[in-house]
Amino acid sequence: MARKFVFSLPILVLAGAATIGLAHPAKHAGTISGHVTFTGTPPKMKPIDMAKEPSCAKQHSTPLLNESVVTGPNNALGNVVIYVSAGDQGGAAATQPVRYDQKGCEYIPHVAVMDVGQPLEIYNNDQTSHNIHPLAKVNPEWNKSQPPGAPPIKTAYAKPEFIAVKCNVHPWMHGYFAVLKTPHHAVSGQDGSYTLEGLPPGKYTLTAWHERFGTQTQDVTVGEKAATADFVMKATPY
Amino acid sequence: MGKLFAAIVVVVTLVSTAVFLSHAWWMPADISVLGVGIDRQMTETMISSGVLFVISQLVLAAFVWRYSERGDGRPIRIFPGGAAPMVVGATLLVGAEIAVLSLVGSKVWGGIFLSRPDPHALQVDVQAEQFAFYFRYPGRDGRFGTAHPELVDDASENFFGLDPANDTTARDDIVSASLVIPVNRPVLLSLHAKDVGHSFYVPALRIQQDFVPGLVIPIHFTATKITKQEIVCTQLCGLGHYNMRAFMEVMPEKQFEQWLEEQAPQ
Amino acid sequence: MPDMSAAPAVPSGESARRAAHAPRGFLRKQVFSLDHKVIGKQYLDLALAAVVTGMVLSWLMRFHLGFPDTAIPGLEKLAPNAAAGGIMTPELYLSLMTMHGTLMVFFVLTTAPFAGFGNFVLPLQIGAEDMAFPRFNMMSFWVTFVAFLVLIAAFFVPQGPPLSGWTAYAPLSAIGKDAGPGQGTGQTLWVISIALFCVGQLLGSLNFIATTLDLRTRGMTFSRLPFSTWAWFITAVMALIAFSVLLPACVLLLLDRVAGTSFFIPAGLVASDRLQPHAGGSPLLWQHLFWFFGHPEVYIAILPGFGIISQILPVFARKPLLGPRVFVACLIAIAFLSYTVWGHHMFLSGMNPVSATLFSVPTLIITIPATIVTLLWIGTVYGARLRFTTAALFCLGFISVFVTGGISGFFLAQPSIDTYLHGTYFVVGHFHFVMGVAAMFGIFAGAYFWFPKMYGRMLDERLGKLHFVLTLIGVYCIFMPMHWLGLAGNVRRYSAFTDEYMQGSLPLHRFITIAALFTGAAQLIFFFNLIWSRWRGSPAPANPWQATTLEWSVSSPPPPDNFGRAGAPPVSHGPDEYGVAGPGGDYVMQAAPPQPATA
Repeated sequence: MARKFVFSLPILVLAGAATIGLAHPAKHAGTISGHVTFTGTPPKMKPIDMAKEPSCAKQHSTPLLNESVVTGPNNALGNVVIYVSAGDQGGAAATQPVRYDQKGCEYIPHVAVMDVGQPLEIYNNDQTSHNIHPLAKVNPEWNKSQPPGAPPIKTAYAKPEFIAVKCNVHPWMHGYFAVLKTPHHAVSGQDGSYTLEGLPPGKYTLTAWHERFGTQTQDVTVGEKAATADFVMKATPY
Repeated sequence: MGKLFAAIVVVVTLVSTAVFLSHAWWMPADISVLGVGIDRQMTETMISSGVLFVISQLVLAAFVWRYSERGDGRPIRIFPGGAAPMVVGATLLVGAEIAVLSLVGSKVWGGIFLSRPDPHALQVDVQAEQFAFYFRYPGRDGRFGTAHPELVDDASENFFGLDPANDTTARDDIVSASLVIPVNRPVLLSLHAKDVGHSFYVPALRIQQDFVPGLVIPIHFTATKITKQEIVCTQLCGLGHYNMRAFMEVMPEKQFEQWLEEQAPQ
Repeated sequence: MPDMSAAPAVPSGESARRAAHAPRGFLRKQVFSLDHKVIGKQYLDLALAAVVTGMVLSWLMRFHLGFPDTAIPGLEKLAPNAAAGGIMTPELYLSLMTMHGTLMVFFVLTTAPFAGFGNFVLPLQIGAEDMAFPRFNMMSFWVTFVAFLVLIAAFFVPQGPPLSGWTAYAPLSAIGKDAGPGQGTGQTLWVISIALFCVGQLLGSLNFIATTLDLRTRGMTFSRLPFSTWAWFITAVMALIAFSVLLPACVLLLLDRVAGTSFFIPAGLVASDRLQPHAGGSPLLWQHLFWFFGHPEVYIAILPGFGIISQILPVFARKPLLGPRVFVACLIAIAFLSYTVWGHHMFLSGMNPVSATLFSVPTLIITIPATIVTLLWIGTVYGARLRFTTAALFCLGFISVFVTGGISGFFLAQPSIDTYLHGTYFVVGHFHFVMGVAAMFGIFAGAYFWFPKMYGRMLDERLGKLHFVLTLIGVYCIFMPMHWLGLAGNVRRYSAFTDEYMQGSLPLHRFITIAALFTGAAQLIFFFNLIWSRWRGSPAPANPWQATTLEWSVSSPPPPDNFGRAGAPPVSHGPDEYGVAGPGGDYVMQAAPPQPATA
């Protein structure tokens, strides 16, 4: 009786190990995920009055809030760009165009992340003219009008930079282009969560950037298990 | 050819006059206390100019029609009295009209631009920028916070460059994209420009005033009707000049007080 | 007027010297010529190139305003950055508008009636062999030509021409590319071009003044001076003062743009999210300097027209101008008063409101001499024996359109009314009537009148009359409705009309656009006539119009030294002795011997 038990134990252990292996498949290794939250009091975001542009105003049944600080439940902070700033073994730049929309006199997404050299396509979906003006300091600065019905602007940026984007015609329209060397980047959602994928095991430095609350870095090691890295930013009311 | 010319002039004159008289395209109804004076000036000028316009065009047409060379050996005729009636007539008639219009007109002008604003006027700070107007109310403390150009940040809607972190008077300032005012109460606007020259124009109010960078320019008025009007920019300010507008909402006093309450930062 | 009949003609040694050194070769005779007749024609050709360009720009602008959603074929090729898909962007509209105004006001209206016709005709009319300073004269043309090239170059720089209007108000024109597209290199080229233009005009004005004072032939007293020469002389004095102010203003603006000075830029400006590194300047200073030039400038544009009309109308009325001394006195009064009124462009600019009244009074007073000259013309038509040549028709048309344009100015001269009408299409209608129509009619009258003298051939009269009729109807259809738009509060310099209260104006804008395109097409008749007649027009006699002034006493075209080795004959008659019995008919030439004219 004891000999049978002794024989089955290794089988059970092996089966158990295999089961555990199946429950946590190898692909979870190479991922960093986490949450971005804030401490302190963030500023109250004001509703944007688009009265001067009635065709946009009527697209928002409740007025759009200013998007420079986007918060969620449990002090979550959105629109934070998290990217690998060191330790990256690189990878080919994505060739899929990044789409930037001007819709309802809003830039969608508020922060667009792209690789250096990745195509960027800017669309005007509104009944009014926009003049998008990315205020680049390292890359060439330009601005371009798109009357309603104009074709999309197709461009790309050659150098990494965080570029503030404004509309020359509508002063409330602001956004960002985050042009990054690394293909490993993400933007936190309104719930503050983000995930970076496709990372070979190794030591990495992550940088989190927010347009008002600055940047923070964190070292993360990616091993067999999925790694997590949470960021806490200091919010100020003004 | 002379007769064709005369006919064209007559037709053009009569058609133009008819369109002016029909008011097919005309000033919107006046909604300000001082607009009455401007409208009277406009009517008086329109009548005197209109009469002068019609008479001179028709006389020119009549003379051209009549005095063509017809090979009849008729000698030329000099205008009776020569140039003297022209000089005397022009000086007396035009001079008298100018005198009247200037005297009355300067009173109208003075009423708008040289009179003192009511000491209890509602004060609104107006900023013009490429390409929108923003209006600031002093809030419950009745005082405007200081504006700092170096702190202007459109991205966070800090259009005026206020510093609420350090400046307590700025914390309750109300910034609005529309000019909301109570009816029948004097309003004093202080106009300043953020970047280049702009101008403030509401046709129904009959007033216009340029924003000059570096200056703060006051303009005051009283709106007499409950209405919503467009404020448009009339000073070329860049590519978005055509799209630079805001709305002026004139509302009953009670509704205005309520609006102020709603706007106050919590 | 003092009798200056003692003044000699060109010293005789000069004549001989000129004959010995007569220009040879195409370059010296037609390109780098010292001959005032060639230079005048060069100015006219430059103005022709400018007016064609300016007119095409206005077609593009009007098409966009009338039909904003329609793609303009070919526009994308011309302006790939600013008209993707053939739809004009707002900044392209404004830069076309800026170039249109600049080309028309400077390179057409200041050039053709003044430097163009004046250069060709004035020395002939006073009996001189050439202008007083032929080298200055040649320089003035070539400097103007370079100014034109510099302006056109703005079309070809990456961000295109400036968008600040021909008035280039600071700080929009001063802070550089942060102010908008075209405000970088384009605006700098504009400033340089205008500064060069000022230099050209100053050189030209010196010439006109010296020539008129010193080179009149014997007997050509000021009281016998033809009215067109009077007008060119007075215009030259005005131009000397006005351009002397614009030139330093342009230099200051250029310094603000490239040297970091702040003449026109105050502190604390934020444009393109950047705090501008300037302090202490005044935007109003630019406006004062510009309009101190700008108002006399518009009289510089129209005064030659007054002179040309007063010169030509008597020829085809076959009677003298009514009130010649009064006419000249009015020209001088208008010229003088024009320096006292510049603030009427600035009633609402933020300058002290008391000054509005001060500027308004002389602005209204100018109406009096302007009314008098108009009545003198109408009084000249009274009792006339009109010959309806094309030149005569344009003179008569001038009277009609000048009345219209002048009357709309009467509204704007009053600050209380300007409070409503400033910055609206009422202003656009007003200045187009006086400058774009009346001054142009003066140019047309001069062209149809003096073309035979310049080229030795007649312009086709039937084409001319067709051109006149279509243009007269067309300009009223284009510019009269603009007054109605202005009364409705329709703002100017807008690339599109999206405001709710302006929607009722859109059909009128479409009507204006169609009228503008038709009238533009009618001008092709004139251009064709000009070009065809230069080579195929019927040969012109010395005096096809039976006119009296000195230019008609020499061949068409005149010989190189105008009046031959002996110089011009002495003069003992006035410039418009018509309706009197003379050897040729009902007129006596100015150069005729001093017999008393029998009525």
